[in-house]
Amino acid sequence: MSTNVDTIRDLAEREYKWGFVTDVEEERVPKGLNEDTIRLISAKKQEPEFMLEWRLRAYRHWALLEKADAEPKWANIKYPPIDYQNIAYYSAPKQKPGLNSLDELDPEILRTYEKLGIPLAEQKMLAGVAVDAVFDSVSVATTFKGKLAELGIIFCSFSEAVQKHPELVKKYLGSVVPYTDNFFASLNAAVFTDGSFVYVPKGVRCPMELSTYFRINAAETGQFERTLIIADEGASVSYLEGCTAPIRDENQLHAAVVELIALDNAQIKYSTVQNWYPGDKQGKGGIYNFVTKRGKCLGVNSKISWTQVETGSAITWKYPSCILQGENSVGEFYSVALTNNYQQADTGTKMIHIGKNTRSTIVSKGISAGHGQNTYRGQVKILKGATGARNYTQCDSLLIGEKCGAHTFPYIEVKNSTAQMEHEASTSKIGEDQLFYLRQRGLTAEDAVSMIVNGFCKRVFRELPMEFAVEAQKLLSVSLEGSVG
Amino acid sequence: MSLLEIKNLHVNVDNHEILKGIDLTVNAGEVHSIMGPNGSGKSTLAQVLARREAYNITAGEIWLDGKDLLAMKPEEAACEGLFLAFQYPVEISGISNAYFLRSALNAIRKYRGLDEMDAMDFLPLYREKLKLLEMDEKLMNRSVNEGFSGGEKKRNEILQMAILEPKLAVLDETDSGLDIDALRIVAKGIEAMRSPKRAMVVVTHYQRLLNYIVPDFVHVLLDGRIVRSGGPELALELEEKGYSTMETANATPA
Repeated sequence: MSTNVDTIRDLAEREYKWGFVTDVEEERVPKGLNEDTIRLISAKKQEPEFMLEWRLRAYRHWALLEKADAEPKWANIKYPPIDYQNIAYYSAPKQKPGLNSLDELDPEILRTYEKLGIPLAEQKMLAGVAVDAVFDSVSVATTFKGKLAELGIIFCSFSEAVQKHPELVKKYLGSVVPYTDNFFASLNAAVFTDGSFVYVPKGVRCPMELSTYFRINAAETGQFERTLIIADEGASVSYLEGCTAPIRDENQLHAAVVELIALDNAQIKYSTVQNWYPGDKQGKGGIYNFVTKRGKCLGVNSKISWTQVETGSAITWKYPSCILQGENSVGEFYSVALTNNYQQADTGTKMIHIGKNTRSTIVSKGISAGHGQNTYRGQVKILKGATGARNYTQCDSLLIGEKCGAHTFPYIEVKNSTAQMEHEASTSKIGEDQLFYLRQRGLTAEDAVSMIVNGFCKRVFRELPMEFAVEAQKLLSVSLEGSVG
Repeated sequence: MSLLEIKNLHVNVDNHEILKGIDLTVNAGEVHSIMGPNGSGKSTLAQVLARREAYNITAGEIWLDGKDLLAMKPEEAACEGLFLAFQYPVEISGISNAYFLRSALNAIRKYRGLDEMDAMDFLPLYREKLKLLEMDEKLMNRSVNEGFSGGEKKRNEILQMAILEPKLAVLDETDSGLDIDALRIVAKGIEAMRSPKRAMVVVTHYQRLLNYIVPDFVHVLLDGRIVRSGGPELALELEEKGYSTMETANATPA
């Protein structure tokens, strides 16, 4: 057994390779949070009055929650109290206002994205992927904008949407995740500084994958981005999201909100590969990824599909959910969550069936290694009017080593007797037998572990767009190290 | 130089001595059969050769084609040309047979400094061997051993051997759990692998596999020791008289 353990321990020595810091001039507001901070952020972004009002309402709500100590405590995660006054709520690379092309972007930032393998320059683009990149709090470049505009598709930073499409923002902002939703969603609503905005008009199928790349660079800042995606009647869009951050000893807060709205016959596919800095092997540092993601299938026959591969972050608290309001609407959640070393994840989904004949599928694969703690938390709710609703849930945990943990909290609430519910769950350990078998065929211990884990996750990877699936597999192998033992 | 040389091998499991001084020399082109009752140490020997780590080697040496086998990790032994056909092949969920086998082949090729084989080159090779073992092509895309019958699993082991083309193949009770037709097919696959450059160590409980694969040498393993060695006729004698007679005979190894 010892050779296995040693080999795999060696792999643990590998470093987080996205952990570099980019040296750019930053503009940031002083640490701390009060109404003035909100006004300052709003002013910097030259926002219309309705946005400021909304932010202030959110802030006041959040301040009440904070006073009442209403930060959610029910999740199966542990962390010291966060000092919300010790965070800078706005940090932006200094740049000329009104960037017209990528050439005007700070070359340091461009180099950062190149290092990350995010080809911002259009000529280097993977054909068919348009990228919006968020660096700290500000969206720095959106590629392929012109091409998309020809089809009437709006793909831009949130700030730009507020300026150019205020009617859409006003109509849909907070319509799925209201600012009163939860503590972190309120905080986000108050202080969010940028994010991505997508609108796909009636009957248009977006011809390329849209992609956002999030990067936290500055120290002692939080990142609070907000994404809003609207697929109008008969429209469809596939959206990808990736994230990294530099290595820092302190924990950094990332509290994002994503809202998706699918109208009649519309489809939205949202894929995430989350690789925020997970902290070191002793559990020091790393990102707190406290995120609220929710989609609303507002129209008939609409479909929202979430796929996530969560390998990073010190703590992940995240439940991409679907409200299935339109008749015959479909919600899907495919998840791989990996915790290694001292990472903690409490993640899952909510499927709220409101409309008739709504269907949902949940496939969750949790992998725990090292001292990692991995929790699946899911809620399936069939409301009274949801005649003929169906849910299928499959929830599997894989344990690597002796010190990690897997936990499952499925909540099922059915108020209509015609509902069909299926729930399957399993917990298994990577067996020495499997490892030996693969090694006897010539694979190294590292490749053997990664092959077994990839096989375990296959059902989810299949849902990812091609390029992303390859990336996710690689990421999983890198994140897995230090596993058996 | 011999392909496999085992000298005075002593092996403990949980402080219990399982192998009590094994000496065995296998040359290229030879097929050796190790026979013995349950608990005699046959499978332990097979697993030790494949470098499974649960065993404590207290004394002895093993040389694989002149290299110190006991210094190798399991994957190194595999890349040096040692193949173990498992008695109980494991299942790997979500990984297709074809992908797994190509990964294994490429790991070995890479170790030997050869170019990796792409899917296009691999496919014809895979098809040819599937045919040899009378296996359905559909199995290619099924997960490794998942939902395979006992017989299919054993055939799959021989299929892997046929593709990985080892120098030394150790077959651990490959005949167990096979009906007569499957046995014939598996034996055919093994026979096809016989070559002057390759050696095989066939570990078995019964003589019946040896009707198809006639060994050059037969060794009887009893209580961790080789008590008799001989030609194929020894297997027949065993079949007739049983292992108990060997215990009393307990002659010195030939």
